[in-house]
Amino acid sequence: MEGYKRNMIPEPETPLPSIKTGYGLLQWLSSTDHKQLGIMYLWMALFFFLVGGAEAMLMRAQLALPELNLLGPEVYNQLFTMHGTTMVFLVLMPTLIGLGTYFLPLMIGANEMAFPRLNAMSLWITLLGGLLLNFSYLAGGAPDAGWFSYAPLSEKNYSFTPGLDYYSIGLIVTGIGSIGAALNFIVTTITMRVKGMKMNKLPLFVWMVFFNSFLILGAFPLLNAGLFMLLLDRQLQAHFFLPATGGSAVLWQHVFWAFGHPEVYILALPAFGIISEVIPVFSRKKIYGYVTLAASTVFIALLSFGVWAHHMFAVGLGNPVNTFFSAASMLIGIPTGIKVINWTATMWGGRIFFSTSMLFAVAFLIDFTLGGLSGIAFAIAPIDWHITDTYFVVAHIHYVFLGGTLFASFAGIYYWFPKISGKMLSEKLGQWHFWLFLIGFNMTFLIQHLLGLLGMPRRVYTYPDLPYYGSMNFIATMGAVLMMIAMLIFIFNIFHSLRKGMKASSNPWYAWTIEWFASSPPSLKNFDELDEVKTSRPLIDWEKTNQRNDGE
Amino acid sequence: MMVNESAIRYKQSRLMIQLLLASEALFFAALIIAFVYFRNLSMDWSESSKHLQVERTGFFSIFLFASSGTIALWSNALRKGKDKLALIYLAITIVFGAVFLFGQATEYLNLFSEEVTIDKDIFGSAFFTLTGFHAFHVFVGLIILIVTWMLCRIFGYGVGNEQIPPGMLVAEWYWHFVDVVWIFVFFFVYLKPLI
Ligand code: HEM
Ligand SMILES: [Cu+2]
Repeated sequence: MEGYKRNMIPEPETPLPSIKTGYGLLQWLSSTDHKQLGIMYLWMALFFFLVGGAEAMLMRAQLALPELNLLGPEVYNQLFTMHGTTMVFLVLMPTLIGLGTYFLPLMIGANEMAFPRLNAMSLWITLLGGLLLNFSYLAGGAPDAGWFSYAPLSEKNYSFTPGLDYYSIGLIVTGIGSIGAALNFIVTTITMRVKGMKMNKLPLFVWMVFFNSFLILGAFPLLNAGLFMLLLDRQLQAHFFLPATGGSAVLWQHVFWAFGHPEVYILALPAFGIISEVIPVFSRKKIYGYVTLAASTVFIALLSFGVWAHHMFAVGLGNPVNTFFSAASMLIGIPTGIKVINWTATMWGGRIFFSTSMLFAVAFLIDFTLGGLSGIAFAIAPIDWHITDTYFVVAHIHYVFLGGTLFASFAGIYYWFPKISGKMLSEKLGQWHFWLFLIGFNMTFLIQHLLGLLGMPRRVYTYPDLPYYGSMNFIATMGAVLMMIAMLIFIFNIFHSLRKGMKASSNPWYAWTIEWFASSPPSLKNFDELDEVKTSRPLIDWEKTNQRNDGE
Repeated sequence: MMVNESAIRYKQSRLMIQLLLASEALFFAALIIAFVYFRNLSMDWSESSKHLQVERTGFFSIFLFASSGTIALWSNALRKGKDKLALIYLAITIVFGAVFLFGQATEYLNLFSEEVTIDKDIFGSAFFTLTGFHAFHVFVGLIILIVTWMLCRIFGYGVGNEQIPPGMLVAEWYWHFVDVVWIFVFFFVYLKPLI
């Protein structure tokens, strides 16, 4: 019995079992190995990126010219809701959590996460939530009240398809997955570091994922509470967010954004971490201001819970409240600005090597800063009143999410792909991907600042032929086409390089954090034995001691 | 090496459950805040809340509070190797928890008989959601404890160890947690309106 059980799915013998042979697929599905799970997170994110991307392309097609009628308002509502929700919860979250799952243990010299089975559960439950959310298309209609589902639009009497029920359940389920991952990250970081790696020698990516996990633990329960209330309203006729019967629609906004604003930082901090790994390596310099980078992270994490009402200036909360949240929001610009300065100073005077990874990191610096600046503009209540719910908001979110988090994720993927797969990604295709994407991105979204200032509202399925509206929207749609082509190149690059790519050495970029000490791809058990860590650049130290030993 | 490993395991489990409960606490905080928000601001905070039975619920609450003590005695007995005694304490804890749930059930039935339900008004929504989630947590806790009891009784789980197994530690922490949450719920739902 015992032996039979063990042989049901034999333990994999290679780090990347082929899914074509015998048990390969089952070995992936039943895996509790953090590397395999990390890889599956990334595939899942890519899959949902295609889903969310298709939704975006449909929207851009509808908006390409004034007064088009390709989709109609009902479908358009579902598309922008599903697009935003998918991109936030099923693309960016799994990408960052996936990179964390893969690299956090490697970077601290551990062989596993603290709770491997919890790790597997987090992945599969996140996927389950995503499938539930998308099942709504088949079950009568997708959610259609925007990714933040403001009540009372999200209530039964306005949105009577089951879409929002799937939204609530789907997000609760994925949220539980994120909480599981966060627990694992924290416990792993605290208890499984290699000898000598004090907290003040943590690689910055680990540091940011670690602190980010506290944000996840703080923010997601709030969302879940709100979602349960919404679900009860819709399913059991409760009254939470229905003003007509004693509830409060504003409470939903409070609950949602008390989660929502930390969430945007949840999507930013690990991205900051990636940038803090990539920039020093490709500048051949130590990171400038490790301590300020680390400390400003803590500052951001704390502040991010105190600024949520900057999403609610238009509600009319009164001057004292508005002023408080306005000031707090601007405060958060300071630690973020400090980081930007740190990264720039790291590049300053360095011998910069512009790999695709580095290009994305630099693009991140510029575009994320732009997104930050428009964010500070929003933090000023009177400005917000002018441009809220216009295309300026759409521009802003995309500069922080796409120009920010997504670019950082690309930087991370180009940087770490050799480690994960043992193959180099083609740099030539990478450059095409980068430039097309960068140009397309700025074409689409830079111009939307202007559209917003001219007063074009967001979330409208079409628009009248006002001066400049048609041409600007057309440019935006063309930019989207460029991004789509860039993504096709990227995906081709992945598959092509997996098959025919150059073999990667264990440390192709001459980096100095511990994940590069493992082979590429790392063996099933990451490390056999590791020396003590003395500084924040262990590989350089170990090389020195080795040379000394060789010399003797 | 083995000793070291189990010590780490223990530490990891404790950390994990502490973090999980801290996260869960925020979930309850949100529900409590919603409850208080509606009580203070909603125009329709109706007559329904008058039907709450403070004394009866207070009486049943004592059982839950006491169960936090008995479960502490349980783990204490385990640590000292008094396994028979430990089983008895655990059984008492389970009974106390069940009595509390029974009390909640009678409270609900009473409210139903007064036609207070989740869809009646905002009080009903806030009250049943908050206390319902708490009761659900107690219920899950009971299942955990019952399973633990059976494992100890039948398979000798945790018997004769110097350190109680991480699973038991987690169960104990969880049980204290539902108790502490109830202190807050009871205060804000039952006591605060009287003050
Ligand atoms: C990681 C990538 C992306 C993220 C995280 C993201 C996120 C979001 C979010 C949060 C919204 C707000 C949805 C709402 O209004 O409720 C949104 C809207 C939108 N996004 Fe994206 N997005 C991404 C990529 C893209 C791309 C590549 C395109 C275009 C090709 C695009 C086009 C749009 C459009 C057209 C809207 C709807 C605006 C409206 O009608 O108000 N997005 N996105
Ligand atoms: Cu915000």
